[in-house]
Amino acid sequence: MANVLVFAEVRAGDLRKVALEAVTAARQLADLSGGGSVHAVLAGDAGIAVKAASLAEYGADSVLVLEHAGFAQYNPEALAATVAQRLGSGTYGFAVFSATAQGRDLSPRVAAKLGSGLAPDLTGFSVDGGTVSGQHFNMNGKTIATLSLSGSPAVLSVRPAAFQPAANARPLVTEAITSAADPSASRVKVVELKQGNTGKLDLNDAPVIVAGGRGLKAAENFKLCDDLADAFGNAAVGATRAVTDEGWRPHSDQIGQTGRNVSPNLYIAVGISGAIQHLAGMRTSKTIVAINKDKDAPIFKVADYGIVGDVFEIMPALTAAVKAAKAQG
Amino acid sequence: MNGAAAVKIAVCIKRVPVMETKFAIAADGTRVDEAGLKYDVNDFDLWAIEAGLQLKEKNGNAGEVVAICLGPDTAQEQIRKALAMGADRGVLLQAPTVPADGLAIARALAAELKDGGYDLVLFGRIAIDSMNQMTGPMVAELLDLPCVTNVFKLEIAGGTGRAERALEGASEVMEFPLPAVLTIDDGLNKERLPSLKGIMAAKKKPLDVKPAQLGELKVAVTKMVLPPERAAGRILGDNADAVPELVRLLQTEAKVL
Repeated sequence: MANVLVFAEVRAGDLRKVALEAVTAARQLADLSGGGSVHAVLAGDAGIAVKAASLAEYGADSVLVLEHAGFAQYNPEALAATVAQRLGSGTYGFAVFSATAQGRDLSPRVAAKLGSGLAPDLTGFSVDGGTVSGQHFNMNGKTIATLSLSGSPAVLSVRPAAFQPAANARPLVTEAITSAADPSASRVKVVELKQGNTGKLDLNDAPVIVAGGRGLKAAENFKLCDDLADAFGNAAVGATRAVTDEGWRPHSDQIGQTGRNVSPNLYIAVGISGAIQHLAGMRTSKTIVAINKDKDAPIFKVADYGIVGDVFEIMPALTAAVKAAKAQG
Repeated sequence: MNGAAAVKIAVCIKRVPVMETKFAIAADGTRVDEAGLKYDVNDFDLWAIEAGLQLKEKNGNAGEVVAICLGPDTAQEQIRKALAMGADRGVLLQAPTVPADGLAIARALAAELKDGGYDLVLFGRIAIDSMNQMTGPMVAELLDLPCVTNVFKLEIAGGTGRAERALEGASEVMEFPLPAVLTIDDGLNKERLPSLKGIMAAKKKPLDVKPAQLGELKVAVTKMVLPPERAAGRILGDNADAVPELVRLLQTEAKVL
């Protein structure tokens, strides 16, 4: 039996969906290791405690609430000190983080403070006699390694969307905790949070991604992708490296080897030829649709469904058809 | 780091296989078969080298950029590439294989960096072979230095830095004092190509080779497999005529609409 400490990611005062995924993964890990407790760390500005209920709903036995103005923004140094202090108390066998920019910044600091092994970005795991083994993509997504962690506490992070949030309600139990280091004394300070795609889904949260490539020919033609994403209603828009290099879309939209790795339920590649670096970032999508004028484009080799032809003719027709289908459904 | 003060920058680089390769699994089932693999410097580390070189140039070329690599003897080739780009000297922390335990790597690097007097220690955001992005922040923690990861905009002036780091669909602007550890993301710059002159000069630049002090390993790769191949898909037709069939399949077969 091992207790699990899970870090619940917050951005701009809101719990992120990945926090519920991490709690779901932590619950699985506790159950697999013989029924330990799950304790979630929730840090933020005054008032963040109201978000604790969601964590209990997805399987947290207790929510450790860290309320302080110094956590209104991400505060890596004070958070690492606080999480490491809790994790090193002897209570926990494992810590779970989300494999996001925040989790992948924080988890190595915590592991280094405690001398713990860290298995990052896992898509699944199993427990055998207290040892956790997890699956992790290597070689730019071309191989899958099983990483085995020895020693306790062991630290792991879970890939966004790999664990779908599963309701597993517990009574809401909260405990107010204090920071192990003065949050205002941290050397690294966030002076501004720039939220992109305001009101739109993030690429890691969206069940559907419409991604555009050079075949769209100009920045303004991305409207075709935006329109299709709007028709789905649960979609985000991504881009290839060629597109972000041209400045047609922001760097944060880039999918591929040097950008984001995504695994949505549906990936629609529009005017994307399918360079190996792009495929590396999206080949784990559940269903892939390719729309391209070149019938020999490599994207068709990984696509479940393909349409060969002019994206400027196909996209408006597809957007209209999706709207009609949504209206019926 | 303003005015004539010399700037000392370490860039930690990794030797990785060229990814445009069809990988096979080795007979022991825990690693890729190395036969026929070609190697290069990890993309993100090239951008880190470029960032280091530009910072030194902005500073009137006073100071030093040091390329440090943990890896096998053959990784000297990757250090020579960094030297050909313009780094001043190299250090190879020799290890026959690079372990899966990021903390072990970080400890060996931190031991080398500790008394080096570096103003900045730069890493690439991620190593594309292990797909780990932990070594930079671990080194920062071991050396008790400020750290910013995923940096795609950077200004350094008067002993402080201002960096913008990439999040999912957002970014954070962070301020920090030097010395510091940064991990460099795509978008900060494009790396320069080594010139012929640079390649010739690199042969004469110092490259220290010493054993890596890895210590205890707590993470091991116990199995490696290739992901299942995607079944060949269907071309549904040409142009907008194929749209109704696509929508039907998304509803009935893929069940995503």
